[in-house]
Amino acid sequence: MSLVNFTTREITCKIVYYGPGRSGKTTNLHYVYGRVPETRRGRMVSLATQTDRTLFFDFLPIDLGQISGFSTRFQLYTVPGQVYYDATRRLVLQGADGVVFVGDSQARQLDENIESLQNLQSNLLEHGVDVRTMPLVMQYNKQDLPAELILTPAELDDALNFRSVPSFPADALHGRGVFETLKGISELVLKRLATGSPAS
Amino acid sequence: MTTALNPRFTFETFVVGAANRLAVTAGRTVAENPGSAYNPLFIYSGSGLGKTHVLMAIGHAAKVLAAQLNIEYLTLDEYVEAFHAAIAAGQGDAFRRRFQNVDVLLVDDVQFLTNRKEMQAELLRLTEALQQSGHQIVLASDRPPAEIADLDERLISRFSGGLVVDIGVPDYETRVAILRRKAEERGSSFQPGVLETVAKTEYPNVRELMGGLNRLIAFQAVSDMPINEEAVRKVLGMPSAASPAAVSSTAASPTAASADEFSQFLSDVTVTVGKAVEAWRARVAEAVMRWEGEGYRTGRLSKLLDQETPAAVDEAITAYVQDVEKLKSLEAEVAVLDPQAAGDKVFRDPDRVAEAEATAAKIRDGAAPPPAPSGAFPLDSFVAGPSNDVALNAARDVIGKPGKKYNPLVIVGRSGLGKTHLLNAIGLELAKKKNAIVACLSTQQFVDELIAAIDGNRVDWWRARYRRASALLLDDIQLLAGKERTQEELFNLFNQFLDGDRQLIFTAPAHPNTLEGLEERIVSRLEGGLVAEISDPDKELRRNVLERVLDHQRVPKEPALLDYLADRPIDSVRSLTGIVQRVVEAAAAQDEPVTAGLARDVLEGAPAPRRTTGLRTSGIVVSSAGGVRSREKMVWDWPASSDRVIEDLR
Repeated sequence: MSLVNFTTREITCKIVYYGPGRSGKTTNLHYVYGRVPETRRGRMVSLATQTDRTLFFDFLPIDLGQISGFSTRFQLYTVPGQVYYDATRRLVLQGADGVVFVGDSQARQLDENIESLQNLQSNLLEHGVDVRTMPLVMQYNKQDLPAELILTPAELDDALNFRSVPSFPADALHGRGVFETLKGISELVLKRLATGSPAS
Repeated sequence: MTTALNPRFTFETFVVGAANRLAVTAGRTVAENPGSAYNPLFIYSGSGLGKTHVLMAIGHAAKVLAAQLNIEYLTLDEYVEAFHAAIAAGQGDAFRRRFQNVDVLLVDDVQFLTNRKEMQAELLRLTEALQQSGHQIVLASDRPPAEIADLDERLISRFSGGLVVDIGVPDYETRVAILRRKAEERGSSFQPGVLETVAKTEYPNVRELMGGLNRLIAFQAVSDMPINEEAVRKVLGMPSAASPAAVSSTAASPTAASADEFSQFLSDVTVTVGKAVEAWRARVAEAVMRWEGEGYRTGRLSKLLDQETPAAVDEAITAYVQDVEKLKSLEAEVAVLDPQAAGDKVFRDPDRVAEAEATAAKIRDGAAPPPAPSGAFPLDSFVAGPSNDVALNAARDVIGKPGKKYNPLVIVGRSGLGKTHLLNAIGLELAKKKNAIVACLSTQQFVDELIAAIDGNRVDWWRARYRRASALLLDDIQLLAGKERTQEELFNLFNQFLDGDRQLIFTAPAHPNTLEGLEERIVSRLEGGLVAEISDPDKELRRNVLERVLDHQRVPKEPALLDYLADRPIDSVRSLTGIVQRVVEAAAAQDEPVTAGLARDVLEGAPAPRRTTGLRTSGIVVSSAGGVRSREKMVWDWPASSDRVIEDLR
């Protein structure tokens, strides 16, 4: 799926929220869903277990209308975070135009974050995509938790953001940083329009 | 000192309506006969209704008719200023002489004479002098002479001695006409209904109406999409007609900055896309969107987008726009002559300008023919039998001697017996004759055309179109019921056709004298010709029809099958064709030959064995057991198939 189709004058951005289990990917989507006017969003598809863990994936289509003559759509996906759903993650990642890595700021979750980041890298490679070429932003979620439990954005940058991609502290539950993150990834993705290298 | 006449203010550019007709007529008369018709002419109206326009138009018109005339336009203030300057320079007499030599003097804003006694005296003197020497004076004011405060009695009687006319607020229709003309002058076009919405606003004067139009033009110039009625309400601050519809993203963007997170995000993305999309692509895409929105084909522009770096993009867009403009003007021209022809899609395809020109030329020449009979109903495919031989013979007579033998011919019979077929077949045969113009259409279309003609004020043109015809064939005449105006028009056509021995043919479900809602004079004329009935199909006709249909379907005509089908209880040729179709389809589904036995099975119970594949089922079997039962777990709206993810369960 390419980013832009000139024949039909459509721009379609597939953005995947990636990260360890319980880091808040679905919460991000829920917040976005709640802020998008009804006329502009499709139904959010969410497949969750009894305990609200994402089983397969979440999907939220957003229609931004006509921009510069192009009908512009965003498709936001989350992957299931739990380790054993790797196949699903790989499939969701297919054709992504950009990735938001939602990290859990809790200090005790650092290993999970690192593991998930490595998993992202290897899954992208499975699709023949080098993580260095994929538009990527980091979101450090749960920054609202007591300071003694979490790492600061700077510490997380040191630990996770070795590529120095844009990173955003967030509290997805209350919406802080959610749209900033979305905007950050959108800019990276849409810049590709100019360089003319559609992600595939 | 005096103001030059504004070249835009002529009678040609002044939209005349009930509210200003008198003023315009008087103005034209004065321009044609300066000094002799109405002198002085005094025009008054509220601000912004066109006083100045009419004054200047009089000047222009007079100049056109007699170029040597000395014409001056000035406002009262300018007059006062000039007078003071002249007095100060000691040139009072020269000033008076100068104005007394003007052939047509146009003075605007006379209401400012209030409290200017010396000017009133001066103007009185000038008016008298001009009148005596047969020169014209036209005055304009925002109120009638008697209401100008403190105005000298002699001036009031002098002004009122000529003609005093007022210009009122234009009515809705005039407002629409003004808006259309002004929009056109400015090269702007709007979606249907937009200008009408503006006109519905009760503007106190035309100037403010123009202000509203200006806002729309400006708004449309910066907007991605042609504005619609709802956007008009927003732009003009009118109350919304419905719940606020989705406004284009650009329309929303000015307020986005202060709005919620999503709007902020949207405006950020808009900026990013604007930067990222190559400028030429955005221009082409915007052009495509604009013209698509107006209903034009944009294939030519879309092709540009498929290229990497096309040359001369702007030239291509300009050429496209020129073609569209050409089509627009052709369409507008045609719309006046023939509203229905204007709907032709040739006027919406900039790649077919030449064709559109040819079509317009044809219509312009008045050669636009009335609707012709359909080629789908040739006479030789009309199946004959005893039940329709009267009608068919009458048809042959009519074809042989149109207008002479049976006029009118009325074919009656129930639905599905072939009335429309026979009507069109006769039409096709008549059309083969030299110089024949056969009008053959449904009564509904006839009524619709008349309504469109009335709407477009083109009834004369519409009449002429039918009067030219050498034969008029109307299907389903019963639809005239209650359509008084159409009956009136048809009555007149009827008489003309009968007088000119031109053929009239109608179809109806029953004898005309049993149809309700038709006027007596129409009924008596219909009954005055030949009413030929087509009755339920007889066996011979059925066999003939069957043979033809089976031939057409390439099915062997077994005598047993023919006998069986011909004996089925049916009441029309259409239903006979229908049952044959059913049998043939069933045979195809079961992969069996069409036989009498199979036909019996299909038509009399013994249901054909169900197959899981075939035309009638999708082949998808939905199991009620198993699957996801919980509502929360159901996916109601799946993403597009290309985006769908299939879980690999382990």
